[in-house]
Amino acid sequence: MQELITRAKELLADGTVSRVLGWKKGDMGWDPEPAYFEKEEDLKDFVYNPFCGANLSKYLIAAGKLPGTTLVFLKPCDTYSFNQLTKEHRVKREKTYIIGVGCHGTLKAEKVLSAGIKGIEDAAIEGDTLKVKTLYGEKEMPLMDALLERCQVCKGKTHVVFDELIGAEEGEEAGPGGLAGNRFAKVEELEAMPPKERFAFWQEQLSKCIRCNACRNVCPACSCLKCVFDGNQFDSSQKANADTFEEQMFHIIRAYHVAGRCTDCGECSRVCPEGIPLQLLNRKFIKDINTFYGEYQAGADTESRAPLTDFTFEDVEPGIVSERGGGR
Amino acid sequence: MCECSCGGKTKPDTLIPMIGVITDIRTETPDVKTFRVVGRDGKKLFEHMPGQCAFVSVPGVGEAMFSITSSPTNTEFQEFSIKRCGTLTDYLHNMTAGEEITVRGPYGNSFPVETALKGQNLLFIAGGIGLAPLRSVINYVLDKRDSYGAVDILYGSRSMDDLVQLKEIREVWAKTPGVDVYLTIDREQEGWDGHVGFVPSYLKELEFATDKTVLVCGPPIMIKFVLAALTEMGFDKTQVYTTLELRMKCGVGKCGRCNIGSKYVCKDGPVFRCDEIDELPPEY
Amino acid sequence: MYRIDKSRLAELFAAISGNQDLFLPLRKADQTNYGLWSEEECFDLDTLKTVKSAKDCFFPQSEVLYRCKNEDGKLSIDPQKLCDRPFVVFGMRACDVKAIEVLDRVFLSDPVDTFYAARREHGTIVSLACHEPEETCFCKNFGIDAAEPGADVETWIIEDGLYWKPLTEKGEALTVSLAGLLENADAASTPDAAEKAEKAVAKEQSSIREIIEKLPLSHLDLSRFKPENTMELFDSPLWEELYKPCLACGTCTFVCPTCQCYDIRDFDGGKNGVQRYRCWDSCMYSDFTMMAHGNLRTSQMQRFRQRFMHKLVYYPANNDGLYSCVGCGRCVSKCPASLNIVKVIKKMGGEA
Repeated sequence: MQELITRAKELLADGTVSRVLGWKKGDMGWDPEPAYFEKEEDLKDFVYNPFCGANLSKYLIAAGKLPGTTLVFLKPCDTYSFNQLTKEHRVKREKTYIIGVGCHGTLKAEKVLSAGIKGIEDAAIEGDTLKVKTLYGEKEMPLMDALLERCQVCKGKTHVVFDELIGAEEGEEAGPGGLAGNRFAKVEELEAMPPKERFAFWQEQLSKCIRCNACRNVCPACSCLKCVFDGNQFDSSQKANADTFEEQMFHIIRAYHVAGRCTDCGECSRVCPEGIPLQLLNRKFIKDINTFYGEYQAGADTESRAPLTDFTFEDVEPGIVSERGGGR
Repeated sequence: MCECSCGGKTKPDTLIPMIGVITDIRTETPDVKTFRVVGRDGKKLFEHMPGQCAFVSVPGVGEAMFSITSSPTNTEFQEFSIKRCGTLTDYLHNMTAGEEITVRGPYGNSFPVETALKGQNLLFIAGGIGLAPLRSVINYVLDKRDSYGAVDILYGSRSMDDLVQLKEIREVWAKTPGVDVYLTIDREQEGWDGHVGFVPSYLKELEFATDKTVLVCGPPIMIKFVLAALTEMGFDKTQVYTTLELRMKCGVGKCGRCNIGSKYVCKDGPVFRCDEIDELPPEY
Repeated sequence: MYRIDKSRLAELFAAISGNQDLFLPLRKADQTNYGLWSEEECFDLDTLKTVKSAKDCFFPQSEVLYRCKNEDGKLSIDPQKLCDRPFVVFGMRACDVKAIEVLDRVFLSDPVDTFYAARREHGTIVSLACHEPEETCFCKNFGIDAAEPGADVETWIIEDGLYWKPLTEKGEALTVSLAGLLENADAASTPDAAEKAEKAVAKEQSSIREIIEKLPLSHLDLSRFKPENTMELFDSPLWEELYKPCLACGTCTFVCPTCQCYDIRDFDGGKNGVQRYRCWDSCMYSDFTMMAHGNLRTSQMQRFRQRFMHKLVYYPANNDGLYSCVGCGRCVSKCPASLNIVKVIKKMGGEA
């Protein structure tokens, strides 16, 4: 962490960047907040630890409108979001100085707290173990049990865009400790369910939705200036639901809208106050895109044409739906 | 009484509206119409005081707060002058006499016609559709002419075609003894031989004595410059009243959106004395 | 004072719900929220903070106000029937109980919100003391005692028993209706049991208070948040710094037990008429103050400021100094950007 602060100070001092976008210490040790640092002395509150789950890419839409260059710290999976935003002309690469930071997994604070670890001051990852410094001494727990879902199925430690790397090597393998789970395992499980059971699963999950819009607002793919769900002229605009399962419309429409652009950064699930596994909706689309159009990772580059916005004669025909047994 | 199926047994919630019938629609300007509304029984829907507002709604389209432009002294009906500027107002403009809407109110406070304004010389300053709430006071004052001093009315709009209630202004107000009317439009226009210029500058030209209580309503930018002009002319803020317009949903200080500082504009306003406004965070 | 074995809670709930609806924290899809009890549901009294508060029981996230039909140009209005069925909310914590007082001052002030008032009239609240308050709790700052949660009946879960103390007429009535289940631990009739119960509760209370005293957020300085500082706080440059990470979502608002802003909207059911309903709204949303001709709060900083100024300055100005925050800490644990009212209190209050 000290290395990041030192480098940030240098870049501020020599005028390369006008501000630093990183994470600031919270009150609790487990709640760092995304923050801008404009002066070297402000960086005393800078923090980078496994609780820094927030993907800072989307903040660069606003930062791009500020004068000067912004230094941002991006974790490997965050860089996919940045690339995708570059592709969509929402962020300005030339006004961004990216330091790719090494990542061994980010934590779901609730999981650590509910494991009975209290008075958290700091945390570090050592192999498969999470070591937490607390007011009551050092505590440990298995890393896998503390990770955010997206990190349990890490898609790689490679930074796809950066100006320099700190604490990371180019082209590193996936996963905490190099172990990545199959990120489509849960999707496959849902696909294998009888429709009724699958419907019940989503009904139970989605009826928890409180329509706070946190998933949408945090999503780097949701960068519309005016969301259709905020408009007054359509019935799509709701802050509450006409029935308890109407939330499906919001989440499914959103999943469709980000299909092919979602990098699977997992921010939607990270922020959901009700713990709805929203990433599974997006991942289903990713899986289908991979099946129909060949392996595709949104945000892996800034030039390629995305399968859903490109046409080739090899594209699947709509009949694929009934062939696969959908629409029954 | 409410028209619901409860049979009038319980007093309905203030959020439950009454049914109103539009009995007349007057086209005032290209984008302002005045709607005359009564209950289904042909009688006035409720009693109100000048400056108060009511929610008008077309179910399925929307509901919004409008100031009541008719005077309380009118015993037959209520009127709303409504400018077309959104979904609901668009819809209202396409309605015809005889159609039904819902109305609930009245809400908010009123101009202190029975207290602070009594016996005073009054200066009304309005811009555009801002005449709507002031018209209620003007007609109230004119109907109780003996209770008030001299009345001056300064009213301006973008063009001749944008002056609302022009007929009433010329045929009633201008002909009432002790009432002086000053009209102005922003730019020269064929067929207009009156004053040309913005309301705040005309106000300064007129050099009113400061022995008046002033009631102002109009677009925010006009109000801002009128207040500056009044201060320059020697008026104190305690002599000036205005009404604020904000997004409102409930009308009773609960839904929260018209909250500025510790005030709810729908309930504690919409009428404020200008020195009271100065105590609020500048969010209006 | 009364007592019942913890193992018999399901019986207790069955008995309560025999006469009325019972709402209590239920575990569903890995989260705990208030819900309607039935034998199939899994209740959860161990989770300290339900995701949403019990606010829903009195001020639901969405409720129909009236139905409106247009038949051949003739409108008809059919108001929603008011709540007329008694219900019990079990397990509300001291902070959430206090939050009801905050809501009461809004909805029961003139003109009374009849929808809310009917629910308050028919609802009986059984509170539950917080056995182990968490580090996100800061109720103490608002004069709330988690060891004595109040309401119609207050209860404590101590080891294998639930101790039950009715405080109001409604609470007494509920207690009487459960006479067969609750063991009397009253001083007059059963002095031994009474002494034991009083001792157990007193011990539990002092243990709770000891924990709270040690919690990191228990001693905030609220002294600057008073009406006479309105302008100074409003104009503070610190807002610009504080709001920055805010995502403009409504999480804090919707999990907050005291946020009471609402929107009124239409659901157009075509031939079936229009349902005019109200639903929770958030001052954090950009359309909150949007009018046809403009928006008085154009930046997220202004919206963010409004939320906290309202809770800490405007609301107290209208309500004898009562803050519109009860220190439940839900925003502390749920904000996606780790912002919360504590950070505001510390920064604006001069602590950080």
